[in-house]
Amino acid sequence: MKREIPILIVGITGFAMLIQYFIPTDWSEFIFTYSQDWVIVIGIIAMPLGIWSLVKANVNKLKVPGERFYSAVLLGGFLIMVLTCLKEESRMAGSFHMDLFNYVLVPIQATIFSLLAFFIASAAYRAFRARSILATILLLTAFLIMARFIPLGPISIINLKIDAWILQVPNMAANRAIMMGIGLGATATAMKIILGIERTYMGHD
Amino acid sequence: MNIFQKMMQIDRRWVYLAIGLAVIIPSIKSFDVPVTVSPEVKRIYDFVDSLQAGDYVFICVDYDPSSMAELNPMAVAIVNQAFVKDLKAIFVTLSQFGPGLVEQITSQLAANHNKINGVDYAFLGYRPYPAITILAMGVDFSVPFPQDYYGTPLDSLPVMNGIKNFDDVKGVIEITSGNTADFWLIYGNGRYGFPLAIGITGVMSANYYQYLSSGQLFGIIPGVKGAAEYEELVGFPGEGKAQMAYQVIAHSVIIIFIIISNVAYFATRKRKAGLEGGNQ
Amino acid sequence: MTPQEWGLYEYIFNGVAALLTLCIFSFLYKDNPFYKFAERLVAGVATGYFTMLLFWTNFMDKVYDPLKAGQWWYIFPAVLGVMMWTRFSKKWAWVSRYSIAFYIGIGSGVSITVYLYTYLFKQLQATIGFPITMDIAGLNQFLVIIAVLSALVYFFFSTPHKGALGFVSKIGIYVIMICFGAGFGLTVMGRVALLVNRVIFLKGYLIQLFGG
Repeated sequence: MKREIPILIVGITGFAMLIQYFIPTDWSEFIFTYSQDWVIVIGIIAMPLGIWSLVKANVNKLKVPGERFYSAVLLGGFLIMVLTCLKEESRMAGSFHMDLFNYVLVPIQATIFSLLAFFIASAAYRAFRARSILATILLLTAFLIMARFIPLGPISIINLKIDAWILQVPNMAANRAIMMGIGLGATATAMKIILGIERTYMGHD
Repeated sequence: MNIFQKMMQIDRRWVYLAIGLAVIIPSIKSFDVPVTVSPEVKRIYDFVDSLQAGDYVFICVDYDPSSMAELNPMAVAIVNQAFVKDLKAIFVTLSQFGPGLVEQITSQLAANHNKINGVDYAFLGYRPYPAITILAMGVDFSVPFPQDYYGTPLDSLPVMNGIKNFDDVKGVIEITSGNTADFWLIYGNGRYGFPLAIGITGVMSANYYQYLSSGQLFGIIPGVKGAAEYEELVGFPGEGKAQMAYQVIAHSVIIIFIIISNVAYFATRKRKAGLEGGNQ
Repeated sequence: MTPQEWGLYEYIFNGVAALLTLCIFSFLYKDNPFYKFAERLVAGVATGYFTMLLFWTNFMDKVYDPLKAGQWWYIFPAVLGVMMWTRFSKKWAWVSRYSIAFYIGIGSGVSITVYLYTYLFKQLQATIGFPITMDIAGLNQFLVIIAVLSALVYFFFSTPHKGALGFVSKIGIYVIMICFGAGFGLTVMGRVALLVNRVIFLKGYLIQLFGG
């Protein structure tokens, strides 16, 4: 019963949602609408699982000498954000809570990802070499696309046209082939889930 | 070790320094960079421009601070254009850090254009599970969002009078750095067929041209260059255009690095081949 | 508030933002306590922000207010959501499978038709649905058909890529390399933009602090 009933639920709900698409009646739309609504509510109540895991893991790390300070920083940041938003109006623009969002979270997150500019330059320098025909094709295409930014007068006009062709013909074609493969794979996986063949979502006993 | 071998093994921190200088120099002395508008960006501008005062446009702001640099300029440009044309805008976010960013954009631009929340625009808020939320919004916005972000019931907002779902808006513009673009394509345009355009980061932009070709998207704003193009069209120069000078220098430096690396590689390979030929 | 109108509060908070930005940049030299501090701080602040957002705008709007207004049927998805919390217990984790089954089933059911439509039908239609005319557009359409077919052949691993199949798959890999090269070129733009934004912010703060 621990595995069979969930598989049955998946099969019934999955099949119902699949055939609902082909039955445009009021009752099928009602079932469709409120099943989405229920999933949103389940998600809202399940989301704190991740939050709890993070908090619990860091509370445990408070006992570890090397990690104690950093875990305290994490938990401190968490508590400050929670305590500064105990009233609903505190989440509006101009509040201290949102100032912490704008002046702590935004700059740190933006800067962490800005480090990628350095890493991509370093990676390009170390790894982007014309070792083979395929690597050369990749390199030349990347060059042409990057050269869009450099104003080279009439050469830029020709380069922009070549770039537009690259993006709209070979690049588009390759992505189309990849997407078709993804679409078929995703559909097959969804069918396998509904038919009960794919059960990895249930975890282990 | 000869100079080419040294070049191949340079410490990465010198590369970091070079890139750092490449972006600091334009901040001391900037210059204008001509911006050529691409057709896929112009289509979005033309779409918004073709709408009449009072028409509704749905703007989904699905990015977070990590991609703000690329996507904020295009979001600001689009909202500026919408407000100048007196369009009614409905905002939503399916990104957990989106609400703070949407509030920044709407509060600042609404003040600039004398637009009132609830009357000229509405911000519905955030919900998890983007796919399910999009499907639910396609039936009725009030199913996933019975109230707006500020707690006001949707049916009491003047701007939401007579607006039930995507059939009542002229089009959807999704600005994202993640896979919500796919969700809007699959569950939004795929299920409900409304006109959809996306503003995305540079990393993602190469992956969406097939949807432009198939008509599933009517426009793409690709990264900060696309944002600069949109600002050029709208006539509100902003962060997008300001970034172009930096992009020119940084791209030039990276191209030079790649050339140096390949010259060193070929020189080293030639020398190795020469040595091995000699040994034989 | 425009930069020129900053008060002490804005100077302090923008100073904090600038300092945290430099803490993250210090990682470029090597990993250090300042970077780790900023990294953990953002994790905590982000989690706290999301917790309160989830509570005030999602839980209150979609669970508490409807139940308070008498919409008792919301108790069912609420109970299913609470059942998810049993994942933390080894003995009771199987209870969460009922909730997971519910939303996996719904998600899988709705996705089949729309995935096929978006990823397969529309793309096939765009590939072979347009006439091949005797002009540049027609030539490009022909090239697209060749490129899509050859890329699809490349990803077909059920038979060895030999002979004619090998030749076609070779064209496919060349097309895919062009795609990856284009992707790399656009990625550089994106990454540089993130860095430029931080440099512009730091410059603005320094000008405000020293330039007035």
